[in-house]
Amino acid sequence: MFKEMQSLANAQMTDASPHKVAGFYPYADNGGTLAAIAGDGFVVIGGDTRLTTGYQIYSREASKLTKLTDKTIIGSCGCWCDSLTFTKGLHIRLQYYLYENNKPISTNATAQLVSNMLYQKRFFPYYVSTIVAGLDADNQGAVYSYDPVGSTERHRYRAQGTAGSLIQPFLDCVLGRGNQTAPEPEKLTKEQAMIYLKDAFMSAAEREIGCGDFLQIMIVTPQGVEEERFKLRKD
Amino acid sequence: MSSALLPPFPEPGFSFENVERNVSLVKKGFKPPKFTSTGTTVAAAIFDGGIIIGTDKRASAGTIVANKNTNKIHKISNNIAFGGAGTAADCDQMEKMVRAHVELHRLNSGKQVPVCVALTKITQHLFRYQGHIQCALIVGGVDKFGYHLHHVYPHGSSSEVLFEAMGSGSLAAISHLELNYKQNMNLDEAKLLIRNAILAGVENDLASGNGIDLCIITPSGMEHLVDYEIPVAFV
Repeated sequence: MFKEMQSLANAQMTDASPHKVAGFYPYADNGGTLAAIAGDGFVVIGGDTRLTTGYQIYSREASKLTKLTDKTIIGSCGCWCDSLTFTKGLHIRLQYYLYENNKPISTNATAQLVSNMLYQKRFFPYYVSTIVAGLDADNQGAVYSYDPVGSTERHRYRAQGTAGSLIQPFLDCVLGRGNQTAPEPEKLTKEQAMIYLKDAFMSAAEREIGCGDFLQIMIVTPQGVEEERFKLRKD
Repeated sequence: MSSALLPPFPEPGFSFENVERNVSLVKKGFKPPKFTSTGTTVAAAIFDGGIIIGTDKRASAGTIVANKNTNKIHKISNNIAFGGAGTAADCDQMEKMVRAHVELHRLNSGKQVPVCVALTKITQHLFRYQGHIQCALIVGGVDKFGYHLHHVYPHGSSSEVLFEAMGSGSLAAISHLELNYKQNMNLDEAKLLIRNAILAGVENDLASGNGIDLCIITPSGMEHLVDYEIPVAFV
């Protein structure tokens, strides 16, 4: 995805001019991994705090999660400058919403707004993988995931980013349970969801070099947002 | 003397029969598979009792950790070893070839084989293949001429050094060596120096990690310290 976008940006620059022009590289891949699990009356979202470029580490403590309201969290990773710019722009839009409507925005409306904001930059996209996690109007957990240009879907659980392709199959196995003959487990609790998230990130950090340092988890319940941090591998 | 049941022996040396096919496949857009790269930190130094070589233990394929317990210290004979960075297969095959060459040399001459014999075999072999054999090595050994440490690049160039670092973690490791290397260190000081140099690579280079191996060569023999250290932050 990253390489395609890079070459697209370059093609637009070089095709226009018959002269050789210096390349324009507006994107960077700074890695990062996100995962979220929704349940009855809660949602948990986790992100590692490692920020990278190539084989180097920029930061071991870069938070990819942002609290938007008491019921909604956004996680954003990929091109770090785009993540920052996008969440900043989103904050502004949410403030406008608050002033105009005199109430905080709902998770569902946030999810739609994020999609619209991403698609607005369809031809010069924010290079970000995004997850919005929150409680819906019935206090049910909701996880929305996005591609860089705003394609979105609501899920029960979702992993994105560098180690997304490692974590998603794990979550499919323990939560999706497609084609499995073993009896259905009991109803998912917040505590069990936290354990799955921790296990997922610890395993991902074992095998994905861009994932590590710390796991930051935000837990959303009707009582509000709690935050926890866990150590991951540092090498 | 061949049939369908008894195929002919393959020609010795590399087979180039698929080169043209593969070049045309790549031209048509085929993506060749990724080789396992040691993505390594190797560091070595001469101390007052001999040679010390250290490596990390991670092998990667792209951004995935392919092996968490890789041996990157390759023993050539009782008095010669090298630490290898680059394509894992090339380093392994290089060890096999040079070890056979050196052993035949020992049997023919009835004497301990000097380090320069292994070094010459390596550099000539690498130069013949014009950098396509991707080995970046630190060759160390003890012989009747003294203690020797050489670094070797994939194109076949080499030079004799007092201390050196190689691989993707070499920038971090060499910084430590340049700052802290002293002549006439004792064994304990040398172990600490190389351990810290590898640790610098392991912490700062994403493609290095999972532990530290050491190899100490003295006139009385070779000591291979597998898993010399697995620092707590890695677990």
